[in-house]
Amino acid sequence: MLELSLASYRYPGYAKTVLHDIELRLGDGEIVGLVGPNDAGKSTLCLVTAGLAPASIGGVLKGTLTLDGTPAGGLRTHELAERVVVGFQNPNTQRSGLAATVFEEIAVGPMNLGLEVPETLARTRGAVARLRLEPLVERDPQRLSGGQAQLVAIASLLAMRPRHVILDEPTAQLDPEGTRLVGEALKALADDGTSLLIAEHKTDLLDGLCQRVVVIDGGTLVRDGPTTAVFEDPELEAVGVEPPARIRLRRAAQAAGLDPRVLAGART
Amino acid sequence: MLAVLPAAVIAGVARRLIKVSFLLTLPIAISVVLVSVFTRAGETVLFEIGPFDATAEGVDFAAQTLVRLFAISTSIGLFGMTTDPRAFVLDLERRGLSPRFAFVALATLEAVPAMVERAQVIASAQRARGLDTEGSVAARLRGVLPLAGPVVLSSLTEVEERSLALEVRAFGRPGRRRLLWRLPDSTPQLLLRALLLGLLILAIALRLTGAFPVLP
Repeated sequence: MLELSLASYRYPGYAKTVLHDIELRLGDGEIVGLVGPNDAGKSTLCLVTAGLAPASIGGVLKGTLTLDGTPAGGLRTHELAERVVVGFQNPNTQRSGLAATVFEEIAVGPMNLGLEVPETLARTRGAVARLRLEPLVERDPQRLSGGQAQLVAIASLLAMRPRHVILDEPTAQLDPEGTRLVGEALKALADDGTSLLIAEHKTDLLDGLCQRVVVIDGGTLVRDGPTTAVFEDPELEAVGVEPPARIRLRRAAQAAGLDPRVLAGART
Repeated sequence: MLAVLPAAVIAGVARRLIKVSFLLTLPIAISVVLVSVFTRAGETVLFEIGPFDATAEGVDFAAQTLVRLFAISTSIGLFGMTTDPRAFVLDLERRGLSPRFAFVALATLEAVPAMVERAQVIASAQRARGLDTEGSVAARLRGVLPLAGPVVLSSLTEVEERSLALEVRAFGRPGRRRLLWRLPDSTPQLLLRALLLGLLILAIALRLTGAFPVLP
C-alpha cells in the first residue's frame, strides 16, 4: 500500500506551497485516477507520490509518504525505484540514450537493478508483449513517433515490475488504439497487485479503468470517491474537469428532452 | 596512412573519409604551409616574396607536418565512420568503464541531433509567426539569433526531467549493470589488434632509439 499523509510540498527556491495537506491512499491492485485543471498540482502530486520530490529535486515536504509500511523519507532514489516508478508525459525525456534498440531501451531499468540476464530478458519480453511492441523491438528508440515512444516509455516502467506505478498523462500522445492498449496493460498490472495513480485529462480512459478518482484543484484534493460518483458530480465541470463522454451525452439527451434509457439501450 | 587508407577502402568509406579529413585539416594546413615555407630557415631558397624567402627545407618540413596531420585526421575520421558510438561506449562499460561515464558520453552524442531537431521545430514555429530566416547571410543571422535562447533554455529545462526519468529506472544504484550483450569479437580481430599494438610499441621504440627519422 502507498500512503501519503498530510502532505504539503514547496519547490526549492519558492516561498509558495503548491500542495496542501494531501491525504491519499493507494491500495494493492487499486487504480486511482487523478484529475484537475491545468496548473492544479497534478504533476507535482505525481512527483511527491513517487518520492522524487523532495528526494531528487529537493524542496520541502511536510507530512509522510509510506510505501508498503516503509517511510519513503529514508530511502535513496534507487531504492525508491525498486518500489515505485513514475512516468512523465514527454516520452523524449524518458529515453535513456543508452540503448541502440527498443528492446535494449526497455531492458535498461532491469539491467540497472543488477538483475541476472535471464530475469532481465523475461521482464523485457513481458513488457514488450503487454504493450504489443514486438514490431518495434529492433527499431532505434530515437526514430519513433510520439505515440510509439510513449508506449516504449511505459513498457520501460512496466519492466521494472514495481509495486506502485504513478503515471502523469501517459496517453497524451497516443491514438485511441494506443490508449486502449495502455488501459489493458494497466488493468493487467493492477490484477497482479500493483497499485496505480494515473493523472489524466482523458476522463473516458479513467472511467473504464479506475475504481476511484481524486480531484485536485489549487494544490488541494477537493474530491475523492468512487469513479462514477465523482464523474457524476454536477460540480465537477466547475473545477475545470470534463466528465466522460457517456455522462455528457446522457446530460445532453436529458437537456434535449430525450429519454436517457434510449442511450443506455444503444450502448448495450 | 598506409594502414588507414586500405582499411578505409575495405570499409567503403575512403572517398568520404578523404573529403572530410581534407576539409577538417585545410585551415590548419594553410597556416602550416605559410609559416613553414616562408619562415623556416634554410639554405636552398626556392623563390622570394617581398622580405620572405621560401626555402626547400621549409617545404620539406611543411610536407612532413601535413602528412602527419592528415594521418591523425584520417585515423580519427575512420574510427568515427566505422564505429557505432553506442556499441563502443557500452563495450567499454562491459570492460569496466563507469555507467555514469558511459551515460555522459552517450548523452553528449545524442544531445547534438536532439538540439538540431529542437532548433528546427522552434524555427518552424517562429517562421509561422512571421520570423524571417531566409535570404542573405545577414538576414539569416538576424532571424536565427533570436532562436538561440529558446533552443538552449528548452534543452536545459528537459535536463531535470531526463535525470528524474533515469533515477526512476534505478540509474543511481551502486554496482555494475548486467549488460544484455557483448560486442562480437572474432579471433582475427583480436589478433589484428594485438599486431597493431605490437607495431605501435615497435614504432615508439624505434623513435626513442633514433632509428626513425625525426622532424628536422
